[in-house]
Amino acid sequence: MHQHLLQVEAISSRYGGIPVLHGVSLKVARGETVCVLGSNGAGKSTLLRAVMGSQRITDGRILFQGEEIQGLRTEEIVRRGVVYVPEGKMLFGPLPVEENLLLGAYTLKDERTIRRNLEFVYGLFPRLRERKQQPASTLSGGEQQMVAIGRGLMSNPQLLMLDEPSLGLAPLLVDEVLDTVHGLKKEGMTILLVEQSVREALDLADRGYVLQTGRITAEGTGRELLESDIFRSAFLGI
Amino acid sequence: MEILLSALVSGLLLGLVLALVALGLTIIFGVMDIVNFAHGEFLMVGMYTGLLTAQGLGIDPLLTLPVAGAVGFLLGIVCYFGFIKFLLRGPMVAQLLGTFGLMLFLRNLALLIFGSEDRALHHGLLVGKSFDIGMGVIVSATKLAAAGLSVAAFVAVWLFMNRTRIGKALTATALNRSAARYMGIPTERMNALAWGAGGASVTIAGALIVNFWSVNPFIGLLFTMIAFAIVALGGFGSVPGAFFAGLVVGLIMEIPGFWDFFMFTFNADWMAKVPMTSFKYMWVYLAYFVIMVVRPRGLFGWKH
Ligand SMILES: Nc1ncnc2c1ncn2[C@@H]1O[C@H](COP(=O)(O)OP(=O)(O)O)[C@@H](O)[C@H]1O
Ligand SMILES: [Mg+2]
Repeated sequence: MHQHLLQVEAISSRYGGIPVLHGVSLKVARGETVCVLGSNGAGKSTLLRAVMGSQRITDGRILFQGEEIQGLRTEEIVRRGVVYVPEGKMLFGPLPVEENLLLGAYTLKDERTIRRNLEFVYGLFPRLRERKQQPASTLSGGEQQMVAIGRGLMSNPQLLMLDEPSLGLAPLLVDEVLDTVHGLKKEGMTILLVEQSVREALDLADRGYVLQTGRITAEGTGRELLESDIFRSAFLGI
Repeated sequence: MEILLSALVSGLLLGLVLALVALGLTIIFGVMDIVNFAHGEFLMVGMYTGLLTAQGLGIDPLLTLPVAGAVGFLLGIVCYFGFIKFLLRGPMVAQLLGTFGLMLFLRNLALLIFGSEDRALHHGLLVGKSFDIGMGVIVSATKLAAAGLSVAAFVAVWLFMNRTRIGKALTATALNRSAARYMGIPTERMNALAWGAGGASVTIAGALIVNFWSVNPFIGLLFTMIAFAIVALGGFGSVPGAFFAGLVVGLIMEIPGFWDFFMFTFNADWMAKVPMTSFKYMWVYLAYFVIMVVRPRGLFGWKH
């Protein structure tokens, strides 16, 4: 039996010779929303890329549904149900919105399931249906983020990892995007959210971790973190 | 007037074939950011395949296209897994020198097997025949067929890349490799597929060209340069760009024909003294040079 969907156990990673993650551990239970908070350059994206198999780890283990996945190819990890919505969206810019979404369903074969997922995404983001023929690069920043999230949802993920979905968005759009994440959480999606918008992320998440220069320095529920000294000095400057 | 029309038609027909020559180069570059210096040698392999299959089996050269395509596909895949794959770990220079080495290897292999003499097709349904397509314009049947089949092959590749599941995955890999990987697309296999599709399209072009052009082991470089000019003009990695730029380069190669037209029209005797046909390829290289200086992104930009 495994109660956790994702277990990251003391992983380390480096770029060239420079260590970036130092023995990072975290867990995400099925149905849980967990956030990782940390300032720019703390290693948040590296951590998510390590889970995806696109960043090599030098030490530690990563378990998904109880099985070790470190060392697997990215496509195999996606096939098992881990989806990564990357920082900076990484859309297929010249392709229409709908093609972008359909590429998100690459690992699925059944045409009916793909159609159903497409309807689900359009239901979530009605604006994308209106713009489905438009090249993705012509959309506004907020709409592009919707495409990125929608594309991630197309493959029926077991675990959705979002890397700073609010990055570069106007405050109003930040709320809109995070509301959507909240909606997904209510539908039972398991979410690992990386954010710099600390308060919004903590409002949303069941639990959070603080990552500072490649080390987890605090963890707990939103309330616990908001009251902890490390957290207050790291983010609130108190 | 007939001379002008003839030059125009002949340039466009050649351009359609040249577009297919360049297609493989632009696909491989689009997907992997690798410039294949051995591209013309792949075409040479296609030319020999077409010639030898037609002669060996006693079939019409146009029927050898599937064989040439299969040989090119395999050649591309073998080159990728046997060689190119290992270059990817190295710096950009290693990749340039690597495909340069591949060019020398294939060329010398051909020299070893076939010797240095020119070989040409003398038999075939269309070889030596020509049509009058009206208004006094006469085109050779092989060129007309080659142009038509090139367009068909080009359209087939375009449909494959834009309409099929695996072709769309290839396109996605070309547009954003990391994102494609996060979609679960096996990007390693897409590299191999790009080399297979690139190899197949250029060997098919070779099997078409051998219907009206003789082949020798040194023919590759000329076509590599022509393909570079087309891809530079159309934009590295752009498929529609390769199509239109192919037409332009075909017309550029017909400059001697247009020269004749002006010579006759204006009765300009001095023009006859210029040995235009001997500079036929100079115009292509000149065009390549001018494009790189004036618009290094090509007409359609760099893949995105
Ligand atoms: N491709 C890379 N090559 C070298 N260093 C990198 C690379 N990506 C990130 N880094 C470095 O690793 C550290 C962590 O980066 P990252 O994981 O992107 O942080 P975050 O997502 O928390 O902002 C930073 O110091 C950054 O400069
Ligand atoms: Mg980041």
